[in-house]
Amino acid sequence: MSSFPAVLNSEWTKIRTVASTTWTLVAALVVTVGISAGLCTLFNSTFTEMPKEQQLTFDPTLASFVGMSLGQLAMIIFGVLVVGTEYSTGMIRTSLAAVPRRGELFLGKLTVATVLALVVGLATSFLSFFLGQAILGEHSTGIDEPGVLRAVFGAGLYMALIALFSMGVAAMLRSSVLAICILIPFFLLISNILNGVSATRKVAQYLPDQAGSRIMQVVPGAMDSGETPYGPWGGLGIMVLWVLASVLGGYLVLKKRDA
Amino acid sequence: MIELEGLTKRFGGKVAVDNLSFQVRPGVVTGFLGPNGAGKSTTMRMMLDLDNPTSGTVRIDGKHYRDLPEPLKYIGALLDAKAMHGGRSAYNNLLCLAQSNRIPTSRVDEVLDLVGLTPVARQKSKGFSLGMGQRLGIAAALLGDPEILMFDEPVNGLDPEGILWIRNLMKGLAAEGRTIFVSSHLMSEMALTAEHLIVIGQGKLLADLSMADFIQQNSRSYVRMRSPQQERLKDVLHEAGIDAIDVPATGTLEINGVAAEQLGELAAQHQIVLHELSPQRASLEEAFMRMTADSVEYHAHAPGAGELPPGAAADNPARPADVPAWGAGFDATHKGGK
Ligand SMILES: Nc1ncnc2c1ncn2[C@@H]1O[C@H](COP(=O)(O)OP(=O)(O)OP(=O)(O)O)[C@@H](O)[C@H]1O
Ligand SMILES: [Mg+2]
Repeated sequence: MSSFPAVLNSEWTKIRTVASTTWTLVAALVVTVGISAGLCTLFNSTFTEMPKEQQLTFDPTLASFVGMSLGQLAMIIFGVLVVGTEYSTGMIRTSLAAVPRRGELFLGKLTVATVLALVVGLATSFLSFFLGQAILGEHSTGIDEPGVLRAVFGAGLYMALIALFSMGVAAMLRSSVLAICILIPFFLLISNILNGVSATRKVAQYLPDQAGSRIMQVVPGAMDSGETPYGPWGGLGIMVLWVLASVLGGYLVLKKRDA
Repeated sequence: MIELEGLTKRFGGKVAVDNLSFQVRPGVVTGFLGPNGAGKSTTMRMMLDLDNPTSGTVRIDGKHYRDLPEPLKYIGALLDAKAMHGGRSAYNNLLCLAQSNRIPTSRVDEVLDLVGLTPVARQKSKGFSLGMGQRLGIAAALLGDPEILMFDEPVNGLDPEGILWIRNLMKGLAAEGRTIFVSSHLMSEMALTAEHLIVIGQGKLLADLSMADFIQQNSRSYVRMRSPQQERLKDVLHEAGIDAIDVPATGTLEINGVAAEQLGELAAQHQIVLHELSPQRASLEEAFMRMTADSVEYHAHAPGAGELPPGAAADNPARPADVPAWGAGFDATHKGGK
């Protein structure tokens, strides 16, 4: 058996030697932190004009992550490209000839990419949080307040999980283009629309991004998020189930199909 | 040693590879021949465990490909030159392969040097020409210094210099005692490099024999003579009991089964001036086309294109002008049986 560390080493080389890794991960961080900071500035200057109940349920932690709804799209592209370019370039055959045990190759690739996404995700969430709090001034919260550290840490986890989910989808579809065309509209629009309409919210709240993002919330019901039948960790658990299903699906496709 | 046993691959209703059993023996170049769509690439993909066989098995030194601990050290394969990430440099493309099989990094520079890509090692491989891409693919195949090498149509789309380079490379690798399995749909190319032949058509095994046997069975060799004293020459040959076939079209005589040396000496004895005395070999390409004619899937349906391409008509003694060209090359390079 070829050793698993060797596969990890190889996958690390693959990931660090393509340009898309840098620009997607930098975009994920910059977009999240930038948009969050911008909106925190807006919240801060218009705070007194907000309706009373919104002021009461204002969640400074969640407010410092609002940019993630766009920043996550770059994470999704990162996840898709890590797996999808193997197919679009034909590299998958070369890769499998080198590491024919497909589970080992898949696990190696996903491990390296997810760890990297987690590191960038945590850097993003901490940066976004502290910058946001600095901007919010008197409306801000502190990292040592109840539930805040969990939310900041959870936001980083969320980023890694969304990337991993995308890797699984790309492996199932065996195409970057197809995966991006499905995932981006879904997470940008469809999921939010479904969650915005009260008729579909009961179902939509179980979608991976809706459930997973509950972890970033400290004040229940903040930002019109409504009641959820799960708590922060329960929500993240639901997202993890989605991720597991996607990764398993991707693995089975890779395992069964001709390369 | 690679052993195929009853290897079969069906795509939907289509049988691409049909119950193939053969062995690729060590230390020789084995040519894997078949017309377009015969199933060569599919067979090679199954050998590397990339495609799952519908039935049958492939064993490499008795093992299934996926059970080879670090497969690049056993088998190097060039299936598709474009099977690299174009956004990565040549060096990095090879580096990640080397690392996966714990091949020392220094080997990456070595193989890049071997295929002549050192000057462009740090360039993104998507800018590479077809020939450079092919060289990069070959570098990848050589990375693990494997005993077995497999090339799928390595000369496809290459210029004459590139073809010559690959031909010499394969011969050099075989001379080092490596097993080489190379596919082609050109008999002429195989005749220059392969010692053993496996021919398939529509996925079925058509022939499995040594190159020498194939030549013996399928090619007619003869000597062509031309003289300004053609009638006297005919008489002399007739007196010596040698049959000469008159070919009025070219004004030559064709003699079967007598060595050129003997014919030359005979002419000299009788002081006959010769303008031509040349050993000829019938085209192996024609023999190959005859062999696979029934199994060729995609015939050109141009007017006049019959079952056999023009010039492949069985025993037409008037050779097309291009035939001796590679026939002679073949004579010069083939080791004359084993
Ligand atoms: N993935 C696939 N799905 C469906 N049919 C396929 C697939 N791959 C190959 N085939 C079919 O199987 C047959 C054998 O194809 P293959 O590529 O192995 O032939 P080949 O001998 O390599 O031909 P060529 O000389 O043109 O490269 C062809 O008829 C082809 O259309
Ligand atoms: Mg082919």
